[in-house]
Amino acid sequence: MSHDFAPLPDLPPPGTTVGAVGWLRRNLFSNVANSILTLFAIYLLATLLPPLFSWLFFKADWIGDSREACTSGGACWVFIRARFSTFMYGFFPENETWRINLIYIALIACMVPLFIDSFRHKVKLGVFVIFVFPIFGFILLFGGVFGLEQTETSQWGGLTLTLLLASVGCVAALPLGILLALGRQATNMPAVKSMCVLFIEFWRGVPLITVLFMSSVMLPLFLPEGVSFDKLLRALIGITLFQSAYIAEVVRGGLQAIPKGQYEAADALGLSYWKKMGLIVLPQAMKIVIPGIVNTFIALFKDTTLVIIVGLLDILGMVQNALNDPNWLGYSTEGYVFTAFVFWIFCFSMSRYSQSLERKLHTGHKR
Amino acid sequence: MTAAVPNTAAENEVMIELRGVNKWYDKFHVLKDINLQVAKGERIVVCGPSGSVPSTMIRCINRLEEHQKGQIIVDGTELTSDLRQIEQIRKEVGMVFQHFNLFPHLTVLENLALAPMWVRKMPRKEAEAIGMQYLERVKIPDQAKKYPGQLSGGQQQRVAIARSLCMNPRIMLFDEPTSALDPEMIKEVLDVMIELAESGMTMMCVTHEMGFAKTVADKVIFMDRGQIVESNPPEEFFNNPQNERTQLFLSQIIGH
Repeated sequence: MSHDFAPLPDLPPPGTTVGAVGWLRRNLFSNVANSILTLFAIYLLATLLPPLFSWLFFKADWIGDSREACTSGGACWVFIRARFSTFMYGFFPENETWRINLIYIALIACMVPLFIDSFRHKVKLGVFVIFVFPIFGFILLFGGVFGLEQTETSQWGGLTLTLLLASVGCVAALPLGILLALGRQATNMPAVKSMCVLFIEFWRGVPLITVLFMSSVMLPLFLPEGVSFDKLLRALIGITLFQSAYIAEVVRGGLQAIPKGQYEAADALGLSYWKKMGLIVLPQAMKIVIPGIVNTFIALFKDTTLVIIVGLLDILGMVQNALNDPNWLGYSTEGYVFTAFVFWIFCFSMSRYSQSLERKLHTGHKR
Repeated sequence: MTAAVPNTAAENEVMIELRGVNKWYDKFHVLKDINLQVAKGERIVVCGPSGSVPSTMIRCINRLEEHQKGQIIVDGTELTSDLRQIEQIRKEVGMVFQHFNLFPHLTVLENLALAPMWVRKMPRKEAEAIGMQYLERVKIPDQAKKYPGQLSGGQQQRVAIARSLCMNPRIMLFDEPTSALDPEMIKEVLDVMIELAESGMTMMCVTHEMGFAKTVADKVIFMDRGQIVESNPPEEFFNNPQNERTQLFLSQIIGH
């Protein structure tokens, strides 16, 4: 037992298990079935991708201003270019579109510091973006003050309307959803609890399309004569209430994942109910449910296209509207591909942002 | 340190009083007619073959559990369902749990400063200074910026004790503070508790650490089947147990 311990030298692993060859062997050709699948996948990509790329890019027409420019047999992106401003701004007066651009620029300027780790006033800025910014945005959009020309909400359309519906839906539904989730958990207040349950189950039980129909067709019937409010506002309220029911259920899942000991420790320190929830329970619960919340946000973002049935023209509505233009008949593929691409950009960014947020908020307890 | 120093000052001031307290979980009768007085500065150790009965009793004292019959009077205030009174009592009563229950999303220092800031309305700087002071007292000031998940069990429990002390409580309740710890960490927590006991804090501690009971307790209470079976000073309790069930319990605890 008194041998001197002489460590063996470190040898490199066998060549066939590392590097590109090793990776290929392990992942693509590990057995017969896997090899067949790999070859089949390669065959599929080889037959599908070249024509797709050639249609999308190589044979596509980019320059011009009428359908005469589209002669090469690929996609006619000239159509998108010609109608781009209506896709973005709807029927907003053309010389007033700087107002919408200003909102976008201001919003981006406000959001950038939120991504910078060393920025210290994130909470203040967040409060500003959520509470003050919408007022600023509304004034710019609606006008009528400070010498701005007044616009009608029916002139709001395109991507602007999509973003408006989605952001108001998310921002307004989140606090409402949290309150509903807390109400549903309040076992010592049966009246509050059953009202929350009723609300959530009602809104979760009806399709959004019904909600929109109800808000635009049925609601005016119940209102007293002479009282009418904006179609867009009604759609916004419908979307918010609908979305809040979903958020409530997602948040409830998070609340249930917080151990009882956390509630007890907060109680034992003398924290009141709202402080306990706001400082201890919700910060932990919300962190758990980020993926679920972003999931419902993404679903809502796409569901906003349903407003087309009550006559609001979001980006999809504007594209369909352009497709009816006799000058551009027959370019529906380009229109829908473009719309899908715009939606994908936004949804994918949301998904990536939620992942980075999860990583950033991950403190200690699993490290 | 062999026997507890009797607390002479204000010996008659009653901090906790239980009068005929009864509690049921549905139909299960957990606490049966508990009568108990704890004077200011008194150190009580509560033990029993089932941990849940003593735990339930001390959890009633800060209303983590509700009793259905009898009176509980803490520091002159009776516990009723009045929320303001409950919060008032909780400010004065610190509690340490078996599973620490630190807030995992906050750093150690934030854990400590939270209650002084939000319950006592103290400015952040002052609350953090107090937090650091107690962190030094439990001998881990170097962990202030870490998250609870990065500490060992013993360190977490010491942070939990410091967190309660930051509220400057008049009473401290310990609910099996060492039961979830690895053996080598029990001592560091007990040392902190002994130091606290010697500073004159009114303490009620549910534990099976009989060494701790012998060292610091003024009174050891043995509970079984929802009742207080025996309540005596430690010398009496360990050397001359009156009740058969206490004798059996002690022989089992000391035997292993």
